[in-house]
Amino acid sequence: MEPHYQHLYEILAHSQGYIFPNEIDLQWGILIVVYPFITGLVAGAFILASLERVFKVKILKPTYQIALLTALSFLLVATMPLISHLSQPQRAYEIMITPHSSSAMAIFGFVYLWYLMVVLLLEIWFDYRHSMVVWANEKSGVMKWVYKILTLGVNDISPRTLGWDKKLGYIITVVGIPSAFILHGYVGFIFGSIKANPWWSTPLMPIIFLFSAMVSGISLVLLVYMIISYFRKKAIDLNVLDAIGKYLFFVLILDFTLEGLDQIQRIYEAEESFEIIKLLVSSKLYLTLFFSQGLIGTIIPLITLAFLQFYKHQIRLKKTMYFIIGIMVLIGVYSMRWNVVIGGQLFSKSFSGFTSFKVGLIGLDGTLMAAFWLLLPIGILAFLLWLLPPWKMVNEED
Amino acid sequence: MHRMSQSTSTMGTEKIKTSRRKFLKTATLLAGATIGYSWLKSSQVLLFAAEPKDETLPWYGIVIDIQKCIGCGSCAKACKSENDVPKEPFFFRTWIEQYTVKNDGTVDIVSPNGGIDGFEQRVPTEDIFKSYFVPKMCNHCSKSPCTQVCPVGATYESPEGVVLIDEKYCIGCRYCVQACPYGCRFIHPVKKVANKCTLCYHRLKKGLAPACMEVCPTGARMYGNLRDKNSEIVKYLKEHTTQVLRPHLNTGSKLYYNALSGEVR
Repeated sequence: MEPHYQHLYEILAHSQGYIFPNEIDLQWGILIVVYPFITGLVAGAFILASLERVFKVKILKPTYQIALLTALSFLLVATMPLISHLSQPQRAYEIMITPHSSSAMAIFGFVYLWYLMVVLLLEIWFDYRHSMVVWANEKSGVMKWVYKILTLGVNDISPRTLGWDKKLGYIITVVGIPSAFILHGYVGFIFGSIKANPWWSTPLMPIIFLFSAMVSGISLVLLVYMIISYFRKKAIDLNVLDAIGKYLFFVLILDFTLEGLDQIQRIYEAEESFEIIKLLVSSKLYLTLFFSQGLIGTIIPLITLAFLQFYKHQIRLKKTMYFIIGIMVLIGVYSMRWNVVIGGQLFSKSFSGFTSFKVGLIGLDGTLMAAFWLLLPIGILAFLLWLLPPWKMVNEED
Repeated sequence: MHRMSQSTSTMGTEKIKTSRRKFLKTATLLAGATIGYSWLKSSQVLLFAAEPKDETLPWYGIVIDIQKCIGCGSCAKACKSENDVPKEPFFFRTWIEQYTVKNDGTVDIVSPNGGIDGFEQRVPTEDIFKSYFVPKMCNHCSKSPCTQVCPVGATYESPEGVVLIDEKYCIGCRYCVQACPYGCRFIHPVKKVANKCTLCYHRLKKGLAPACMEVCPTGARMYGNLRDKNSEIVKYLKEHTTQVLRPHLNTGSKLYYNALSGEVR
């Protein structure tokens, strides 16, 4: 027997109640959990960077370029789990050439490209152009040419031109904020607009996705900042951590409130699908929802962050706590993506039973592949930090 | 300067008056036309979930009479042979469900191998309140969520109102499978593209009935032209109280069930 069929027979044996016969196999696996997680990190990291630039939060200055490069690293990989999940990946380009106007998914390529080309790449380019011109003059050999190419031949570093860089960069950031909101709100809409699935279909879905994206992106930048400082053997600025921690705290409260509202609404309305969702939450998703997402990812970080706002002693301990909270929040948001994507497919649309899901280790949609897509952006980020080190940037004052 | 502005303002008022009158006229005309049109068309809303596009072609609908289904499974079996659907029990273009409402109010639903091998009642007779079979297939919705979400338009509605898939075009994103509230779609394990009931479009085009309907020994399934007021299907719909599955989802389903019980989803 083919291994695929054998796998399906195993799942069939573990199904409970009645499910439609076509529902035994989960359509979207772990890669589709990874995809909204990655795009969320992009949107969140970018929004944190914009805080510094548009709202002039000077204290976050050391994290500005880090946040932008983090967003770019993850954005470059964001489409990969999607494409590798297609049954016909060689036809993926059709989505760009012949997009179907009524499809929520068809717009993804365009939203993605807009965000990558118009927002992130341009903003980073304007930001780094001055430095790249200087580096091209300083370096020799291959690197000289690499920086020369990156400047796209715009070598003018007169104060007037640099002023324009700043102005245009600012405009792009202003355009970028709604773009980041659209990018991730849109990912939420892909799920929220499926009326066949009561676990997904809620107008709150795009907003919940957006806030959880901000939560995860802010945590990631916090971690990246701490790790970079460690490798550079530089002291971590506690004021930066406190500032990021404060934003994380507020956004986490909003995120928690929104998700709570969504659940309360479900429980109170108790529509047709309520019984099956109640069973889903109390059995199949118990661990990932209440423990990973609720306790690890939300409650403990909220209490700790509130505590850290007042706690002024033992700086070392404080830093360690921020680091652990950053990891916990990321685990929580990843669990949230899991609960949405996998949870939404575990119950039958007949509302009368459950299928089961066992993620494999190998294969195109296995755990290893998912881990690869999650680790690849970190590799890209390391490369970008080497190529465009924020700490070596040239200031106009210099 | 003062005089000039005065004269412009007088002219402006005149202009506004004329344009307001024109606007009111157009608005009344439009509103009247809309009301008139909807009044004329209102009788059709009962049958047609959406307006058929090509007036010269039939507009297909399906009727399934639950009271006639005996759960023999011939339909599901015939469908698999006719349409090259893998024999494994995970892929069905049509299947039959057995509902057993017990005396304690609970409902037992089964569909072993889609009903192809027939059914055995597992609930003891004395516990049974009522039991019946429900054949399922694509509802060929006129406002189908599956065609709405397809990112490349590989799934589409034929001019006859049959929902089809272009296998050479489907990218296998599985969004349509998620969007179908009736569980009618699956990914073909060999072709690696979405697959579903085509109402045996290849047979319809030759004037033949869909395989499932051809083999049904009790005539529980019927298809026909909803546009033709004298067709059997329209007569049937007139004489019976039928219902579509999940009407609240507004999918414009064209599969009408006779004697549909509230437990069925």
